[in-house]
Amino acid sequence: MIRFEGVTKMYGSNVGLEDATIRIKKGDFVFLVGPSGAGKSTLIKLILKEIEPDEGSIFVNGQDITHLSNREIPALRRNIGMVFQDFRLLPHKTVYENVAFAMEVVQSTQRAMRRQIPLVLSIMGISDKADQFPAELSAGEQQRVAIARALINNPMMLIADEPTGNLDPDTAWEIMKLINQINRRGTTVLMVTHAKDIVDRMGKRVVAIDKGKIVRDAWGGEYGYDD
Amino acid sequence: MIRSLRYSLTQATVQVFRNKGMSLASIFSITAMLLILGLFFFISVNINIATEKAKQQFNTIEVYLLEETTRQDADVIAQSLLSMDEISGVVYVSKEDAMQAFKQRWGEKSYLLDGLADNPLPNALRVELADLEDGRLVYEACRNLIGVEDVRFYQEEVSKILTITDFIQKGALIVIVFLIIVSVIVVSNTVKLTVMARQREIMIMKYVGATNWFIRGPLLAEGMMIGCISAFIALGLTWLIYARIVNLFATQALLLFSSSFVEVGFMMKNLSWIFIALGASIGAFGSILSMRRFLNA
Repeated sequence: MIRFEGVTKMYGSNVGLEDATIRIKKGDFVFLVGPSGAGKSTLIKLILKEIEPDEGSIFVNGQDITHLSNREIPALRRNIGMVFQDFRLLPHKTVYENVAFAMEVVQSTQRAMRRQIPLVLSIMGISDKADQFPAELSAGEQQRVAIARALINNPMMLIADEPTGNLDPDTAWEIMKLINQINRRGTTVLMVTHAKDIVDRMGKRVVAIDKGKIVRDAWGGEYGYDD
Repeated sequence: MIRSLRYSLTQATVQVFRNKGMSLASIFSITAMLLILGLFFFISVNINIATEKAKQQFNTIEVYLLEETTRQDADVIAQSLLSMDEISGVVYVSKEDAMQAFKQRWGEKSYLLDGLADNPLPNALRVELADLEDGRLVYEACRNLIGVEDVRFYQEEVSKILTITDFIQKGALIVIVFLIIVSVIVVSNTVKLTVMARQREIMIMKYVGATNWFIRGPLLAEGMMIGCISAFIALGLTWLIYARIVNLFATQALLLFSSSFVEVGFMMKNLSWIFIALGASIGAFGSILSMRRFLNA
């Protein structure tokens, strides 16, 4: 699904990522942990082709994306659903419209939208919020909308950048159960997090990065930091 | 294709209304630009036609005869002129003929000429040149003939008119280019406001895999919409103005330049294509200018 081979990314003289080699198979659930500025964001940006690596090769879905033209980037991103700590919903659109927005972008028909959106909203447990605006929702509900938006186009992979960072522990755990469910349906999940208790409790594969280097990659791993 | 076109147009309409202030400023500036362009267009087209008519007088030289020169003397002069290779024909125009032609040109207002006690026009010979190049030479020859009061050769007038026309047209071109640049900048600022207002939306669009053209479409449509609205306003205004000018000054123009205005309908038909094409491209170019930086990030 995702393969990094000896990938290095420098920001001037600062190390973003150094000689990173990692394999994530289809259906995997991977936590990406490490202190702030360790290179977690760099890794995600490289997958999304927001930045170019200096050395090494990156493969997504068997395709070499190390050098991709601007024209080919949208197709890559349509295979990856993104979820952020700050939800990134459009405030002037309703829940339904926020999700529909992602379908408009890939030029789905209105019919397909009317069929699929209610389905995804019901999986996320927010069917009754369809006509509400993000500001009227709780943080947990907003994150559910964001996940619904990330999944609406059936991506092969879900990348979540600290999805529980703005949530209280109970709500965070609800969101984790949802993400786990999504993973069980076959979607690969890569989740950046600082939440020690979640990592420890889920018992999934943990990849730790420190100062741009992958320092640990273990199944059923623990968070392993005290920050 | 149709779906994304519809999407672009709806988004553009929403944005034009949301940025009312800047949209109006852009429309105002493009409209003003097109109005000035229209003005120069009218002037140069009319001048061109007037000069074309003036040029037809190029190849004749008017030789005005002294009062005491008789018809017989005139014939002698005509004969001697005809012997020159440079001259292809000579016609005697009596003062009565000249007055008749004059009255005809003045048309309805010719009664004004009836007030004259006696005919002030001289008898004349109208000399036709074989070749325009020799105008100067023939002019000098005619001046030295006995019995001649004055010689009129229009080349000088025509070349003066041509110089002025040329000057006006070059000046107009510079002004128009300048105005186009200003309009493009104004439009690009308007669209930039939209881009900034929608930066978050555009970022999310990119995350869910929107192609650059999907993002550009609505912005391009917004610029072009502003351009086309301006074109229509400018067309309406120039039509009103030109029709009024033609109405008010038609007879004066005929008397002054012995040439009538170009017909309103013909003028507007040509101008409408120029305006719409120019308005839309200014809008499109302004949008592209403001998007480039944002989308390559």
